[in-house]
Amino acid sequence: MNLIMAILIGALYTTGVYLLLRRSIVKLVLGIIFLSYATNLLLFFTGGLTLLSPAFDDGTLTDFSLISDPLPQALILTAIVIGFGLASFSMVLIYRFFKETGTVDLDELSDIEK
Amino acid sequence: MLLFLPLLIPLLTIILLLANSKKLRYQHFLSVTSVVAQLIVALLILKNVSLSGILVSQVGGWEAPAGITFLADYTSAILLLAVGIIAVISIFYSIGFVDNVRQKGGLFILYQGLLLGVNGSFLTADIFNLYVWFEVMLISSFVLITLGAAKQQLRGSVKYLVMNLIGSSLFLAAIGLIYSQLGTLNMADIALKLQQNGTTPLLNSALVLFFIAFGIKAAVFPFFFWLPASYPTPPIAITAFFGATLTKVGVYVMLRFYSLFAYINEPYWQPVIFAIAGLTMVFGALMAASSYDIRKILSFHIISQIGYMLMGIGLYSVVGLAGALFFVVHNMFSKTATFMAAGLIRQFQGSYDLRQLGGLYKAKPLLAFLFLIPALSLAGIPPTSGFFGKLFLLYAGFEAQDWAITIVALVVSIITLFSMIKIWNEAAWKPVSEAVNLEKVSSKVNPIALTASITITFLTLGLGITIFWTFDYFTEASRQLLDNQLYIDAVLNRPNINLN
Repeated sequence: MNLIMAILIGALYTTGVYLLLRRSIVKLVLGIIFLSYATNLLLFFTGGLTLLSPAFDDGTLTDFSLISDPLPQALILTAIVIGFGLASFSMVLIYRFFKETGTVDLDELSDIEK
Repeated sequence: MLLFLPLLIPLLTIILLLANSKKLRYQHFLSVTSVVAQLIVALLILKNVSLSGILVSQVGGWEAPAGITFLADYTSAILLLAVGIIAVISIFYSIGFVDNVRQKGGLFILYQGLLLGVNGSFLTADIFNLYVWFEVMLISSFVLITLGAAKQQLRGSVKYLVMNLIGSSLFLAAIGLIYSQLGTLNMADIALKLQQNGTTPLLNSALVLFFIAFGIKAAVFPFFFWLPASYPTPPIAITAFFGATLTKVGVYVMLRFYSLFAYINEPYWQPVIFAIAGLTMVFGALMAASSYDIRKILSFHIISQIGYMLMGIGLYSVVGLAGALFFVVHNMFSKTATFMAAGLIRQFQGSYDLRQLGGLYKAKPLLAFLFLIPALSLAGIPPTSGFFGKLFLLYAGFEAQDWAITIVALVVSIITLFSMIKIWNEAAWKPVSEAVNLEKVSSKVNPIALTASITITFLTLGLGITIFWTFDYFTEASRQLLDNQLYIDAVLNRPNINLN
């Protein structure tokens, strides 16, 4: 299971970096989103993968060593919210960018700057 | 309680400002009150630190390492105070300089957001909490840099946004790696566990990720390209504030992380830091020398001077760290002063392009001097603060016999002087060029902005002249950084000791 997750996270990072290197600004933003998903997953698995064990004691728990670590779950929740906010800001930004410059191509952009 | 005030005041101000964002008088009054209050709190914190040592507050009464800890030592207190002073002056300058559309668009709310993030980053002793403050700071700066949505601003902000979001991702990934290895997020606890158990390959890769993430924020070589693309685009009042806060927070965090975690592998880190510091200095200074836009020149010099601060971190001695810290404060003041003077020159002559300026010294000697003094300070001419900052760093470099970086630092000083003289020659001494668009030229500069600019120029001078009284604070700060056991004990062993 660990190996599958590691490969999944690696694949997400690869996709993110690949998209970041494209010329289109839309793909750039998608790349950022992929990177943040990969990071969120990485953060999630830092507590270790434990099957069928609760994060909190509901009164029925007898063996506390079976409990799964709740902290990464709290962290990832914060990270998701922040990532979501930043992603929506980037979306608005590229929309305004497109309206102002009429292009989504970063290479054309540097031509305009000259 | 004192340590929460730098966070509560801006937060409360944001809420109050949001209540009535169209009434400028109300916004001005509230913003000024808020930054003055923050300045007073910063002074109190510095005073308490000098009286009773490191201040610690545990949030919600949860003791470290379980809860989040806020901590102020000399380093945090000095930087809080410096940012407080810059904030007061920037608010006044913005009131006079920025157009009404932007002011009504939430300029002051975003300033407070930025201050909230900066103050939080200086005070927190928890890496995930640090990440959150970084994001608070980043989102405010994203909106500030695009505020007004001029074409130029949108272009610059794309690079800024992408680079900084990549940095945040790496930062978060490094936090994950640290947590998976050590099971804690408290900085003192991490430092303690590193001392006891040493590092593992995974921890080292986390430290490298941290270095890259903060390197992006601090705009060091080779991650600096976003800075010259984005800083010159918003109104220069905003640029001045950015130049004094954002990159410096990156440097502060590097200072902190190096003294707590990375020093363990000093033989490995030192050459890396020196190489990056040297390249940052050289690239920044050379690119500045080839530009003709004042804002671009000054932006490149921000990068170049980050190199000096890194050099101080790499030296890791009492004088080296004190020099680096002093250089951060010097740079905040001088950079803000030069940017503000450049803004006034623009208001007076209608351009930032050196080729279209001229005759300033004859027409408006006051403005010329307002630029000259901080510019000389940046170049390091005595008795300005820049001279002392470089003196300490070079002294530490000679003391440690790290010749290569010391010589690079000396040479880069000369290139910096060249750039500053270039601006002076072109803008102030050269006869008025024919390219000056006389219609754009206004003979008036805004009096509030002018007063702010004069004040910061005097403060820049004062920082250099009063060095013999203030330098004790900087050496104390660097002793605290070098003896990180103080930090660890303050957070872990004696909780609530200064919780008033």
